[in-house]
Order: sequence, then structure tokens, then C-alpha cells
Amino acid sequence: MQVLSVLWLRQMRRYLRSRSRIIGSIGQPLLFLLALGYGLGAVFERAGEIDYLEFLVPGIIMQTILFSSIFWGAIIIFDRRFGFLSELLVAPVSRLKILSGSCSGGATISLIQATTVLAISVILGFRAQSIWVYIPALVIMAILSLALTSFGAALASSVEDFQGFQAINSFVMFPLFFLSNALYPLDSAPDILRILASLNPLTYAVDGLRYVLLGASHFSIALDVAVLLATLVVATMFAVRQFNRIQI
Amino acid sequence: MQRSAIEAEGVTKRFGKLVAVDDISFKVDGGEIFAFLGPNGAGKSTTIKMLTTMLRPSSGKLYLAGHDVTREQAWARKSFGIVFQDPSLDEELTAYENMELHAALYHVPKIEQPERIIDLLKLVGLSERKDSFIKTFSGGMRRRLEIARGLLHHPKVLFLDEPTLGLDTQTRNVLWDYVRKLSKSEGMTIFFTTHYLDEAEEIAERIAIIDHGKIVAVGTVKELTKKTKTKTLEQAYLKLTGESIRDETSDANDGLNMRSAMRIRSLRG
Ligand SMILES: Nc1ncnc2c1ncn2[C@@H]1O[C@H](COP(=O)(O)OP(=O)(O)OP(=O)(O)O)[C@@H](O)[C@H]1O
Ligand SMILES: [Mg+2]
Repeated sequence: MQVLSVLWLRQMRRYLRSRSRIIGSIGQPLLFLLALGYGLGAVFERAGEIDYLEFLVPGIIMQTILFSSIFWGAIIIFDRRFGFLSELLVAPVSRLKILSGSCSGGATISLIQATTVLAISVILGFRAQSIWVYIPALVIMAILSLALTSFGAALASSVEDFQGFQAINSFVMFPLFFLSNALYPLDSAPDILRILASLNPLTYAVDGLRYVLLGASHFSIALDVAVLLATLVVATMFAVRQFNRIQI
Repeated sequence: MQRSAIEAEGVTKRFGKLVAVDDISFKVDGGEIFAFLGPNGAGKSTTIKMLTTMLRPSSGKLYLAGHDVTREQAWARKSFGIVFQDPSLDEELTAYENMELHAALYHVPKIEQPERIIDLLKLVGLSERKDSFIKTFSGGMRRRLEIARGLLHHPKVLFLDEPTLGLDTQTRNVLWDYVRKLSKSEGMTIFFTTHYLDEAEEIAERIAIIDHGKIVAVGTVKELTKKTKTKTLEQAYLKLTGESIRDETSDANDGLNMRSAMRIRSLRG
């Protein structure tokens, strides 16, 4: 237990000490929210469609988690570059534990950022169906955070350097984001987008969050949660496998 | 029969075409202080990395107290401690936090941690700076902290890869005194590398000399000088490894040994 908490604490200390990281990582989703929410919102309204800002908030929250979590994986590359990874890899602690402790720290960071974005959305006028739904919403956000930090750790363990990581990222992060239901409703999307989005785990996370916060969803909440949990399991297995293969 | 604390049997490590370690075999007894000497790029660190589960050998077997290191990695990791040649601290944490993390990773009981950490920080003269971030430390201070961290738990086997590189004379003496005491009082096996031959001569009970990935001689200082018909360890060493500088193998290695390169540069002024 102490190992897990110390590894978690390490992530939190590093995060809280880097103010630029905190501000930078919240600024970007807010920009999306404002530009898209107000810009496109007006378009949607004129078309007599849904309240777009309301629709967008769960998408942007999950996008915050997506970017933050996968980028967090870069810590493995920096630890490797600056040598701290050796200290972790030779310790008499299972790799699963090292990953769990570190990833739970990364997931906490993602969750803090996503919660901040959610809070700002509320200030901007976002209203969930009731106050109580924020609790299950946080649970869904936490599961996605854990799954995606593991995924980020797996990607970072598979590459040698930061350039490689960024190259993979642009092939992973942006497609995951744009080929999902984060920005537009699936019901009115063209077939090809709908098919691609329904193969994307992020879609189910966003859909689940919409269900919880707004009471409207495309799939059933049971399917959303099942896909989300399966993603967590697969991502963790992938991370342990890749992490185990690291040689220094 | 007592099993050797460390044993290598025909171990080879290849990096692509390069044979970094070439079919080496040796044994180190429990409680022994053993030095591994050799020119830059000879394969010392690679051997230590294989013994400490960081690299897998291309062929051959490695044992710690009779346990196969490659097959029983978890067991192996419980039995050794290591001070790496390359930097391995978390720069964003303080000295104390680095020590605390290590203590937790190595299961030092929580109530014993503060006292042990402070004692070791005092030993290396860093107790006043315990709450400073590593990024504000000088190279020698970082090295001192890594040494202190390596001594935080008491393993059966302690690997020290060029522990004294960049350290001042005072700290070096403190380190070796402490290590000798540990080896005596706890029967700890010490496996170290160094480029300071006087250090090896004074501390090590037995020495292996490795060159181009091959062990060219093993024995006590006396045995080595006798074998080479020389008077000092330095003469024996130079006779065995030649006088030429190992540039073609060591400097081409893309920054992996950057710290040593930097330290050597700074030592040269
Ligand atoms: N990860 C790696 N990939 C490719 N080559 C490597 C790698 N690690 C080490 N080598 C090569 O293996 C050889 C042995 O390196 P090693 O670090 O074991 O030398 P060393 O004896 O510790 O030298 P030094 O005294 O400079 O520390 C060198 O030629 C080095 O370039
Ligand atoms: Mg070396």
C-alpha cells in the first residue's frame, strides 16, 4: 500500500509544482468550449436543433481527459531520459504495482483537470439534470482517466524517445477525438462517421457521460459502461505488457 | 556447499552487430568485495545491467545466490541494491522525497524511515539541503545523494557502478569506509566498477579485468601482478588492456554514457 501511495504522491507533487502545466492543460479545452460552444451553438440554434453548448460539455470534458491522460504517458519517456526509470524498474516491486501507482496519479491529474473544465462550464451556464448526477459523472470520468493513462503509458513504453511518442500521438489522439461523438450527434452524422465512431471507445465514454448528466444518449448506458470497463482492462493489460518489455 | 553470491556462465550481450559482453564467466563469493575494471566501453555497465534485470543476456546464464536472474526477475530484484553509473534521481522532487520514495519501494518500515534517511543524508553531508530540489544540486551533490539512497536498504548484494565518479576525496573515503563496514557486519557482497585503480587496489578483495567484452584476468592484486610480472595494479592493468584509448567503442555511443562523458570532461577541466 505504501508503494502505491508514494508513487501516486510523486505524480501529484510533480503536477502541483508545475503551474504552467496546470494552466496550459485547462486553457485548451476551454478554448474549444468557447469557440465551438458559442460559435457553432448559434448555428445549431438557428437550425432549431439541440442546445449545442449543453451537448458539447460532456464531449469537451472527455476530450480533456483524453489529451491529458495520453500526454501524461510522456513521463515514462522523461523518466527514461533522465534515468529515474531505472530506479523504478529494478525495485523489488511488481511492474503492475509501479504502473498502477503511477497511472492512478496520472488519472487523478486528468480528473482534476476535467473537473475544473466541468466547473467552469457550470459557471458558463451548463446545467445537469440534477445536482446528484455529478457523482456518477465523476465515476465515469475516473474510469476513462484510468483507462487512458494506462493507454498513454503503454504507448510511451513502446517508443524510444519523445519524437516517436508525438508521432504516434498524432495518429492516435486526434482520430480518437474527431472520430467520436464528442463534437457532433451520431444520429445526424453520415454513415461512415457513425460506423467509425461506434468503433471508438471514447464514443461510449462520452455517451455515458451525456446519459448521466443530461439524460439523453445514443446507446444504452449498460453498453456504455461495459465498453468503458472493457477498455480499462485491455488498456491495463497492454500497458503492463509494454512496460515489461522496456530494456534500458 | 555455499552457493556463490553472483555467478555468470558464458554470458554474451549483443547490441545489433556489436558484441558488448563476450562469453564471460565468473563467480563472486558471499561477503566478498569484488571489483570490475576495464577501459571505457569494455562492457562493465552492460554486465551489471544484465545482473540487475535491466537487460536480458543474448545468451548464457546469470545467478544471484543460485537463482536464475532472467527467469526469477522478481526474486532477483529483492536481493540486490544498486547505484547506477548514469543519473537516476527525480529532478522535480527534493532530496528527502527521493530518499522516501526509495525507502518505500524497498519496503523499509515506515517508522524507521525518517531516522535512516536523515542519518544517511548526514553521512554524505546533505542533511541541510534535504528539502532542496534535485535540479538545484551540483553534480557531486547528486552523486552523493544517489550513494546515500543506495545505502538506504541493506541488500544481500550491492552493485556500485562507478560510485565515486565526480566525488571529492572526503566523500569517497566516507563511502568506502561505510561499504567496508557493511560488508563485514552484514556479510554483504559488493560488486563495484571504477576507473580509479588505487581505489580498487585498496578496497577490492578480488578484481576482474574486462576488455572488449572479455574477461582477461581475475584474481587478487597479488595474483594479477604476479601473472603479468609487474609491480603495481596499474602496471598489470595497462599490460592487460594496452595503452591505447578506446574511442571507437566508447565515444560513439550516442549519449548513453553521457553522464560519464560529461563528468570526465569536467574532471579534465
Ligand atoms: N543500449 C545500448 N545499445 C547499443 N549499444 C550499447 C548499449 N549499451 C551499451 N552499448 C555498447 O556496449 C559497449 C559496452 O558498454 P558499457 O556501458 O557496458 O561499457 P562500460 O564498460 O560500462 O564503459 P564505461 O567505463 O565507459 O562506463 C559499448 O560499446 C557501448 O557503446
Ligand atoms: Mg559503465
